[in-house]
Amino acid sequence: MSQVDESGLSGQTPAEKPRHKPSRAPRTPMPERAAAVRRSDFEEVAFGYSAEQAQAEANRCLQCKNPTCEQGCPVNIRIKDFIAAIIDGEWTDGVEILKERNALPAVCGRVCPQEEQCEASCVLAKKGEPVAIGRLERFLGDHDLTCDLEHRCTPQIAEPSGKRCAVVGSGPAGLACAGELARLGHSVTVMESLHAPGGVLSYGIPEFRLPKAIVAAEIEMLEVMGVTIECDQVIGRIATVEDLMTEEGYDAVFIGSGAGLPVFLGIPGENLNGVYSANEFLTRVNLMRAYEFPTSDTPVWRGRKVAVVGGGNVAMDAARTALRLGAEEVFLAYRRTAEEMPARKEEVHHAIEEGVEFKMLCSPVEIRGRDGWVTGLVANRMELGEPDESGRRAPVCVMDADFEIECDTVISAVGTRANPLLHDAAPDLELNRRGYIVTDENGATNLPGVFAGGDIVTGAATVILAMGAGKKAAAGMHRWLTDA
Amino acid sequence: MFRIVHTRQISDAVFEMGVEAPRIARKAKAGQFLMVRVAEGGERIPLTFSDWSAEEDWIRFIYMRVGKTTHQLSHLSVGDELADVVGPLGTPTHVEGVGRVAVIGGGVGAAVAYPVARAMSAAGARVTVILGARNAELLVLEDELRALPGVTVNVVTDDGSAGEKGLVTAPLKRLCEAGALDHAFAVGPAIMMKFCAATTAEFGVPTTVSLNPIMVDGTGMCGACRVTIGDQIRFGCVDGPDFDGHLVNWEELMSRQRVYVDDERVADADYQRECSCHK
Repeated sequence: MSQVDESGLSGQTPAEKPRHKPSRAPRTPMPERAAAVRRSDFEEVAFGYSAEQAQAEANRCLQCKNPTCEQGCPVNIRIKDFIAAIIDGEWTDGVEILKERNALPAVCGRVCPQEEQCEASCVLAKKGEPVAIGRLERFLGDHDLTCDLEHRCTPQIAEPSGKRCAVVGSGPAGLACAGELARLGHSVTVMESLHAPGGVLSYGIPEFRLPKAIVAAEIEMLEVMGVTIECDQVIGRIATVEDLMTEEGYDAVFIGSGAGLPVFLGIPGENLNGVYSANEFLTRVNLMRAYEFPTSDTPVWRGRKVAVVGGGNVAMDAARTALRLGAEEVFLAYRRTAEEMPARKEEVHHAIEEGVEFKMLCSPVEIRGRDGWVTGLVANRMELGEPDESGRRAPVCVMDADFEIECDTVISAVGTRANPLLHDAAPDLELNRRGYIVTDENGATNLPGVFAGGDIVTGAATVILAMGAGKKAAAGMHRWLTDA
Repeated sequence: MFRIVHTRQISDAVFEMGVEAPRIARKAKAGQFLMVRVAEGGERIPLTFSDWSAEEDWIRFIYMRVGKTTHQLSHLSVGDELADVVGPLGTPTHVEGVGRVAVIGGGVGAAVAYPVARAMSAAGARVTVILGARNAELLVLEDELRALPGVTVNVVTDDGSAGEKGLVTAPLKRLCEAGALDHAFAVGPAIMMKFCAATTAEFGVPTTVSLNPIMVDGTGMCGACRVTIGDQIRFGCVDGPDFDGHLVNWEELMSRQRVYVDDERVADADYQRECSCHK
């Protein structure tokens, strides 16, 4: 495989290649399972493109001289070139191009918000529908996973540097960082606190959106690259960052522990039985496989009428999971309107298709209960006022405690914050007012040799932004390790 | 995987298990706990350390056989392996400068009381242990507690089959009345801790309780273990398990502990049917 081409943005194609004539066909739809069928099981919603569909879609690409799509990608994938490889039917070349910049293409092809990133920057998006870059990425990522392990695309590994790196957390940031450090020739150990690696990819994102077999297969590739993954290791308890650097002899440490602590609504009734944080609900179902109970051992309360509070991807995941557990009705309460929802359009669309009922301009003020169990969610009626700091129009209450949604389960999906364990892991680490780690542009913290990235630096964000931060920190660590 | 190096049946339903876990053994402190998963597909359950040895690389915990997971544990022997053992979790018990202290351990709560009494005694406290159980059969770690230097042990059973007949609150109240307590530490069933806290509150004796809410990950990620302390929501796994007993919302804790009782019965019944070794 070629060296990482930092001039990729200028996009050269070999001169001898015949000129590409883009097709004017409409965007190739993603084949999906029918909403009525999929809403009662946990199998994946979208099938993925066939080779024909992928090529038909790739042929829509204009192969722009200046591929603006690539500027929209947080990890600067050479999008134009991998699409060209699909046009030519050279799947392996395409996979290699992807893997230069992204260790987890089958994951990112599924969960990246492409419509806000590469696809938003696609020239075709100005006048019509952009090239389905995410679906093409998934096609190549999946193609790679269908090969035997020894035939899968393995990035070239540099000569061993003799340096040892510890990566705390095996979520998107940690995995991207680990993959990059391994590629650069460093010995890498990833320490995960749960019993399975993947972080939010394992405990948070549901099986029907991101099959756990895909996550496991992509992580297996990192192990082939020489990355060691140790589960059940809670850094902050079993060892501090200083222990890692001194007693355990690591030369550098990356902290990618995520923004793990759930935020609750702060309203009366929140500790009634039947109230879940989205983190707990999704962890029980995804990581602990409660949907297979009693074959698996972890139960989950299966509500008949479920109210989910929030408007992000996690809220959509929780609502759609509740449907699949057999809820008769699932409501989604959000204090703004569908327009302002931070969730991906595709997820909102899927949720509505599957029967989630949206209660917009609805701000919960109390959870009512009887005998310790939830019976309803009382909410204020809101309307949209002037834009706030986020640029979105702020919800303003127009009617106090206006209505009650009858329900037996409430799932709070209103965000997460930094886990206090971090302080025990590294008491001298500089944190900002919200408890997140302060880093410079290379991901370096105030402690020598200690880097950080992902949600623990930015607060809750996306998989790909965390991966971008992990990669950037890996580059910073590499410089630190080789300069020293 | 974690190799089992010790098993012991303490009473009909109470067992002790030791596993090889050098990293955990080096960091363990009194009052902290472990998350244990027996095998693939298993649940994660919180269990408190009863003992550990950094020199010999092992940790021990005591559990009561109540549901599927603890049944599975009781069927394992030395040389078998546990899929996952995570720890040490939770904030260690504050053992320094507690002065004259009563350490109350009810049922398997004695598994926590033992290392706490030992650590407090080592830190210079004058420790009176009140060890309670329904009957003599269910008393746990009495000999170990009696062997601690300078520690007085009072035994109380509901039926009087050992020690004093009655509840742990009786000797606790006597100590309070005698003005012989600077601090109390209670661990056991929620209802017992509630009444211990109510007893000491009358006398203004500061009281720490070690709570046992339902947990999933044990690392602060899910909030299943949230408890109300005064007017604050706190997480048992990272903020606790120790809290000020006089501020705990006990009714809420006990209600939340019962969420999955029906499911637990189903899982256990299923397991009993399938498990060939269990007659």
